[in-house]
Order: sequence, then C-alpha cells, then structure tokens
Amino acid sequence: MERSVERTLDSTALSRERPVLLRFALMQVRQKDVAEDLVQDTLVSAMSAIGSFSGRSSVRTWLTAILRNKIADHFRAAGREVSLTMDTDEGDDEVDIHFAPDGRYVHAPQDWGDPERTLTDKRFLEALHACMKTLPYAAAQAFLLREVTGLTTDEICKELKISSTNCFVLLHRARLRLRACVEATWLQPSGAQRPRKAR
Amino acid sequence: MRMLSCKEANQLMSEGMDRTVSTRERFALWMHLSLCRACSRVKEQLALLRRALSDPTVDDERS
Repeated sequence: MERSVERTLDSTALSRERPVLLRFALMQVRQKDVAEDLVQDTLVSAMSAIGSFSGRSSVRTWLTAILRNKIADHFRAAGREVSLTMDTDEGDDEVDIHFAPDGRYVHAPQDWGDPERTLTDKRFLEALHACMKTLPYAAAQAFLLREVTGLTTDEICKELKISSTNCFVLLHRARLRLRACVEATWLQPSGAQRPRKAR
Repeated sequence: MRMLSCKEANQLMSEGMDRTVSTRERFALWMHLSLCRACSRVKEQLALLRRALSDPTVDDERS
C-alpha cells in the first residue's frame, strides 16, 4: 500500500467496504436495488462526515453503524416497528427448547451432505434467509455483525451497547435457532422430494 | 473430568467461534466431539452457516 504513513480515510478505503456492507444489507432487506441504495447512501453520508471518523473504531464498524441506522429508517418508513435498543432478556427458554433436561438433543441433528453442494443449493440459501427473519431483532443484529461483517464480539458489544456475556448468549441462541430452523425448512420433504440417505 | 452434555458442547462450540477458548475447554469439547456424531455435525454446520453468510463466492443473487 502506497499511503502507509498517514491513516487517511478516502473514498477508496470506503468503497473497499462496499461488498461487505451490501451483504449485510441484503441479509435484512431482500430487494437488491433497495439494499444497494442503502449502501450508497451510507457511503455518501460517510464521505460527508469523514472528518468525524475518530479512528478509534475500525472503518468497517463505523460504516456498519451508519448502515444499521439507514436500514432501521428504511424499515420504519415501510411501517415496520424497529427498536434499536436491545431486548436481550429472553430467558433460557430459547436454548432449552432444543435440549432435553439431561442435555441431549430433542431432535437429533441431520446430515447436511456435502458442504460445497449445500452452499450452491438454492433451497438451502432460501431456507437460510427465511430463517434469519425468525430471529429476534437483537440476536439477528449481533449475529449478522459477527458472521457477515466479521466484527469482534468486543466491537459488537460496544455497537449494540450490551455486555460481552450478553453478546455470547445472543450469538449462541441465534446459531441454535438458525441451525435448527434451516435444517427443518430445508431438509423437510415438501412436495418435491429430494432423496437424502443418512450415512 | 466430567463429560460435557450436548447442550454444553453446543455452547462451547458457539463461543469457540467468537472467543479464544481455554485449553481445558478445548480438551473437554474435543473429548465430547470424538464420541458424539450429532455434535460433530453441528460443528460443521455452524461453520457452513458462517461460510454461507461471509464467503463472497456464495452468491444467492443469481437465479
């Protein structure tokens, strides 16, 4: 990198984050053109506020925070109730529904087959998106910030203003629910049967 | 050392994706996974979900 001495932040550095931002938006806003607009808005806002970037957080964290607000505004404009405050207190029920009192699975996890094939299976990706929508807002935000944006849990805690314990719990619940939901949605024979032999 | 239950193993697997787990935790999980196929599946599936969400080559836009 040529510009290594100064920590300058320019449009190139911002647009480098574009693909990740778009992915993050697309997981919540399913229309591609809307997601692209929101990301574009975010980059424009960021450019005009570039002086306010403190450098204390990463560029990605900063941009994601702007984008999250844009997405929330978009949902609100569409009449959807969105609270950016985190309601993290759901008790242990969310975890407990997946396990018997002795800690065993209620439903034994199934074989998902070859990972490469799974990742190109349109029905799998559809199930993933449908299941994302079933996550509680706080869990979905924490999960997307972690998995799509790749923020550390420290960054996520700060961003969502939650404790690190809370953060681990949210992520754990999100994974449990998402895994079970994807499995049930994707592997359940619905009309078109796909043969799947257990090994 | 007591064997982990599947529920405990799930929690450790998830946290292992977000923080550095201690040697003791890693060993306990390894012990559990070596005996439990269900949890081994879950471990792979969680990694797959991460890939599905973060890997730019996984493109669900083409249709």
